[in-house]
Amino acid sequence: MLSSTAKNLYWMGRYLHRAKNSARVLESTQRMALQSGTAEAGVVADVYALRTEFLARHPQGSLADLVDFMTLDDSNPSSLVNTVRAARNNARAERNNLTVDVWESLNGLWLEVAAQTRLPRAMVDRGALLELVKKQTTMIAGATQSTLLRDEAYCFLQLGSYLERADNTTRVLDVKFHRLCPDGDPRHGSTDYYEWSEILACVGAVRTYRRIYHSRIEPTRVVELMVLRRDLPRSVHHCLWQVDLNMRELAETYGARGEADRQAGALHAHVRYARIEDVFAAGLRPYLEDLGSRMAQLSEDISRQFLFD
Amino acid sequence: MAAMAAFDEMRSAADGVRAPYRSVASWLQHTPMEAIEAKRREVDAFYHRAGITFGAYGAVDGHETTIPFDIIPRVIAADEWTFLERGLSQRVRALNAFLADAYGAREICRAGIIPESQLLLNGEFAQLAQDLKLPGDIHVHIAGIDLVRVGEQEFYVLEDNVRTPSGISYVLENREVMMRLAPELFARVAVRPVASYTEELLNTLRSVSFSDDGEPNVVLLTPGHYNSAYFEHAFLADEMGIELVEGTDLFVDEGRVFMRTPRGPQRVDVIYRRIDDSFLDPLAFRPDSFLGVPGLVGALRMGRVNVVNAIGNGVADDKSTYLYVPDMIRFYLSEEPILSNVPTWRGDKADDFKYILEHLPEIVVKEVHGSGGKGMLVGPTSTKAEIEEFRALLKARPDAYIAQPTLALSTCPTFVDKGVAPRHVDLRPFILSRRSGEVFITPGGLTRVALKEGSLVVNSSQGGGTKDTWVLGARGDAAS
Repeated sequence: MLSSTAKNLYWMGRYLHRAKNSARVLESTQRMALQSGTAEAGVVADVYALRTEFLARHPQGSLADLVDFMTLDDSNPSSLVNTVRAARNNARAERNNLTVDVWESLNGLWLEVAAQTRLPRAMVDRGALLELVKKQTTMIAGATQSTLLRDEAYCFLQLGSYLERADNTTRVLDVKFHRLCPDGDPRHGSTDYYEWSEILACVGAVRTYRRIYHSRIEPTRVVELMVLRRDLPRSVHHCLWQVDLNMRELAETYGARGEADRQAGALHAHVRYARIEDVFAAGLRPYLEDLGSRMAQLSEDISRQFLFD
Repeated sequence: MAAMAAFDEMRSAADGVRAPYRSVASWLQHTPMEAIEAKRREVDAFYHRAGITFGAYGAVDGHETTIPFDIIPRVIAADEWTFLERGLSQRVRALNAFLADAYGAREICRAGIIPESQLLLNGEFAQLAQDLKLPGDIHVHIAGIDLVRVGEQEFYVLEDNVRTPSGISYVLENREVMMRLAPELFARVAVRPVASYTEELLNTLRSVSFSDDGEPNVVLLTPGHYNSAYFEHAFLADEMGIELVEGTDLFVDEGRVFMRTPRGPQRVDVIYRRIDDSFLDPLAFRPDSFLGVPGLVGALRMGRVNVVNAIGNGVADDKSTYLYVPDMIRFYLSEEPILSNVPTWRGDKADDFKYILEHLPEIVVKEVHGSGGKGMLVGPTSTKAEIEEFRALLKARPDAYIAQPTLALSTCPTFVDKGVAPRHVDLRPFILSRRSGEVFITPGGLTRVALKEGSLVVNSSQGGGTKDTWVLGARGDAAS
């Protein structure tokens, strides 16, 4: 297999999950705005580190502006239209390494998103668009899971997918948690049910929370669930566990290990053996920021180790 | 022009239907029109579905036009094919000998058969290939020779393609489609299969590795998915199980070519390139090319990697060199040519040029360096104004043109809007040459059909379609 193939599949996984995650975040933010009227568009822009760009383009900064900016705005590299296009272009270059099912579901998503961009903006049903992205990316994940050969190519697709997901959960938690608890101490923050449940909704975990904790939504438990629990598929721990597994699979295939393997193992252990008390003792923000920069480092190490460039 | 009595491959027989076509004719006669209509729709649906997959390789919005496929097969009898096969093999052997000589001692020039200037002043001559010793002396590993038929026994070579001939993927796909559509016909007619082509191609590519240590690593080098033949590149790489690479996937280090893989650099022994010479290596040819691999030609000259087809082959399939191919056959093989060239007048010869100018309304004039049916004049189907316009071009640069009589290309029954009607066809067989000198020819080849009534231009860019091409086995047509 070529390095360019590995690279394309890795980035296909990343872009696809970036699209999926942002559709989820936008949807739950909109939903909360309907229920408590407290959503602030700039906070969501912060998740993607795009506040400056967003406000430059939309000085009013309304939630509707944000949704527009994050869905169909061609000038925003993180908008759905751009992330779906990028995923589709990566897939097209690797048509030989994907099944018809995976390709057609991804190409279908792109064709529908592209059709929306040709409509007059007033005609676009943004709710339906977010729903479409969520639904179709789930189809793609299903096709991936049930039809792709489990070879090295699959590992790279998984690496990109899980690393993107871990990164996204970290960012959402960081930004949204600190909006409710500006000093990082859960005892001083908001106790609003809707606001806390919205954070969980961003990772699709409201019901899961109830199943696991049988209690009212408590900030520390939200953090524990999203970062440290291995059983929640979008938790940081779960994703980094999967990253580590796929790295081990590759190491076995290639009979060699490198810096990326060390980083992946260390990161996995870091979340696996952490206790929630220690996370708060050290401060949630520094903890999440450290996680974020280590994940960025891992992505670079993967590029280097597998000769992506 | 259709008015000229063209040889019809199905109907031109004293008793109605020529022997090789008996089963096809009776199938056409006994299958209700509605059933055939339904089959045509099935083909469209198949190609639409497959077409989306084809398009996925190339077009920006997920669609790409596919070349129209006609469901009535073109049939070649076993003995006709044996004759063509011998002629094609002979011609390709001579072209290989010529290229080895052209980039070697140029004996054929010493012997006074081809002027040395014809080679050295040709824009396609690659100085970098001079004295290059290639495995088995093979320069043309894959040739596509365009043939036309004008009578029961009369075939002509229209053009040799020895750079990067394309179209084989249509041959293979058309057969797949045809077997799905008319299995009953295959049961009645012994049609020689074509599917082994990709295996033969892979064997051919592996045979010409310079190195004999271990399994040679063969890759297919494509200019990328914006190229119109990208589907074929991806298809062939997939069928052969080799990597489809772009220039950026390869690099040269200490005279060896490597591909970048997650395992680390992996050595490459043979490159089946589907990009033109001029883009192959920015250090050797066009410095602005981003498609190629810097240092590739150096590695080739050091005998570390082989490039298929060889560089500089353009000097052999140029329309001005074409004139000399029969002489090459006599010179290198001491044989008489089995397949004839189309009689050709040359713009650079005074007598010929005079003839050309006097007969423009009857003849076909082609640019020496043109391709794809462009830059040509088909006298009988052109208006007076077009002819005069071309006359001016000719006078400005006589040596840039050649002319040939307008051939009445044979016709085959073809589906058109009003039912079944004869349409002109040509044939491009694909010829593989291995290191041992052994030649393999896939039975048949690509039949292109001019779908417009009376048109003689079969190029897909000018409204041509394709047909499945059947070479009958020794058992022949069971109905005959």
